[in-house]
Amino acid sequence: MKSLPITIDSVRKAYGSYVALDDVSLDIQAGEFLTLLGPSGSGKTTLLMALAGFVRPDSGKLLLGDRDITRLAPNKRDIGIVFQNYALFPHMNVLANVEYPLVLRKTPKAEARQRALDTLARVKLDGLSERNIAALSGGQRQRVALARAIVFEPRVMLMDEPLSALDKNLRETMQYEIRRLHDDLGITTIYVTHDQREALIMSDRVAVMNSGRIQQIDTPQQIYDRPSTRFVAEFMGEANIVAPGSVRRIDGADASRETLMIRAESFHLDAKLVGRDGVALEGTLRAKAFRGENWLLTLALDGGREVLVCIPAALAGGCAELATGQRVTAYAPAAKVHTIPGAVA
Amino acid sequence: MTVLADPALAADARRERRFFLSLSLPALFIVGLAAILPIAWIIRQSFLTTGGEYTVGNYEKVLSSGLTWSALVTTLELSLGTLAICILLGTPLALALASARPRVANLLMAFVMLPLWTSILVRTYGWLVLLRREGLINAALTGSGLTAEPLPLVYNFTGTLIGMVHYMLPLFLLPVYAAMRDIDANLVRASASMGATLGQTIRTVILPLSAGGIVSGSLIVFIYTIGFFITPAVLGGGKVNPLSIRIERTLSTFQDWGSASVLGILLLVLMALIGVMFLAARRLLARNKFGAAHA
Repeated sequence: MKSLPITIDSVRKAYGSYVALDDVSLDIQAGEFLTLLGPSGSGKTTLLMALAGFVRPDSGKLLLGDRDITRLAPNKRDIGIVFQNYALFPHMNVLANVEYPLVLRKTPKAEARQRALDTLARVKLDGLSERNIAALSGGQRQRVALARAIVFEPRVMLMDEPLSALDKNLRETMQYEIRRLHDDLGITTIYVTHDQREALIMSDRVAVMNSGRIQQIDTPQQIYDRPSTRFVAEFMGEANIVAPGSVRRIDGADASRETLMIRAESFHLDAKLVGRDGVALEGTLRAKAFRGENWLLTLALDGGREVLVCIPAALAGGCAELATGQRVTAYAPAAKVHTIPGAVA
Repeated sequence: MTVLADPALAADARRERRFFLSLSLPALFIVGLAAILPIAWIIRQSFLTTGGEYTVGNYEKVLSSGLTWSALVTTLELSLGTLAICILLGTPLALALASARPRVANLLMAFVMLPLWTSILVRTYGWLVLLRREGLINAALTGSGLTAEPLPLVYNFTGTLIGMVHYMLPLFLLPVYAAMRDIDANLVRASASMGATLGQTIRTVILPLSAGGIVSGSLIVFIYTIGFFITPAVLGGGKVNPLSIRIERTLSTFQDWGSASVLGILLLVLMALIGVMFLAARRLLARNKFGAAHA
């Protein structure tokens, strides 16, 4: 199966005065797993539906390989889609659902059946082919939806929050399985989610969206460690945005005059764990919470701003004894202190 | 059922059940008074001579009369004809309504429902004005030269059918529209994404999933049309004589309560047969729901 690159060229879509997509441009490489990440209303699903052909852009171009699909009907795009609520046909059994795209393509009956059964085996649903959709669990429905989206060997796959209805454990299993399936098939995949952990775990690259725009597109590590905007920094996890002047360098050198981003888990309570070029932050302990794998401390800096400090339980000797109201100094290594370009705290 | 060990709690549960059952008493009373009793009375009448003696002669007379059977055929022709036209006109209309934007759909629905708010007598005479020889439609047809002669649109089977379809279409539409509107829009999208044309999606997804609504709508059409009286009486011009009109004539012309009762029972049996057929159809649909549908 040959997968194709996707080009999204300044696509715009407005509903009245509400701009859902604000000149979005994006290049997705052939075989890449790209996640559109953002809060609800950020435009990520609109962009996906524009690619699928269900939302007509006001302007801009969509290319599949070098073919312009902007005006192509959805049923001619040859794109596999997994919908948020699975969208399985309730009046057909599992096998009929998976055979459906092949039957539409006039695949000979025996071949369609064999390919559907093979695909069901690939998503670990062998033996359930005659089941009714109503008799399947959420996870099994998810797998049927996956099988149905790949059985006709589309060259691009779109997934719209496919795991949001599953419980946490199942979600994690499916994250790995979807990624493995992608690696086996090498199919260009665009995945939509609002779960930042899911985006980090699954993707080659993540495009963070907010109010109809792509804020940053990068590898998961870069997005997490080097966010380019304050929005990305805060959306990606427990980020502390620190105003210039509220931190000091351990070695006494001039602290940065820019706005800094330090992740909660980058802190240590022991200065020795941080190099000489690290930074120190001092504040009053407001609250502490034991979260199993770590402690979460809330420090109030002297300016009143609060900073979250996350200390792994294994390194948290002394955290249990800390009392609220106590002065606490937290240290972060220089490598984990990130300057947000142009941001004002 | 749950077993309540505590007698006080069990008594509460009983009281609650009794209360909810008692809510159906007024309805039961009215149904008994307005339906069961008259039917019992009609059955009794059908076995009595005009003198009040017991007889099966009414049945012999009615069932051996050619008029009865031609009335039965006319009844079925009108019902099936109305149903066929309702399915042909109503299903695409329901599909259009279900896929329209909510605001447009509500507006269109108001137009569809408008006839329901008008008295059937008014509507029927309205059709008379439109359809008769000197009526609006024929005036337009002959005036524009489309036809040389006025078309026989009323006082016949065609006119009766037009009036009946006009009455039944909204009632057929409602359950079909409700069924289609309940279909998840993503199912239609999913079907398209896998390569289905609109026609294929309608055939393999929309129609199978709204079949229940179509069966319900058809049942409503049948139940209503099988006893239709005013429309054939006004628009049929004496040439369209279904069972309902035969009953009326038997009573008003011959004061023959016995024969009229037999005809009434015939109508009742017909309705029961059709009801059973529709229930069977719905059962079959439910059973076949999960079979593989092929494009």
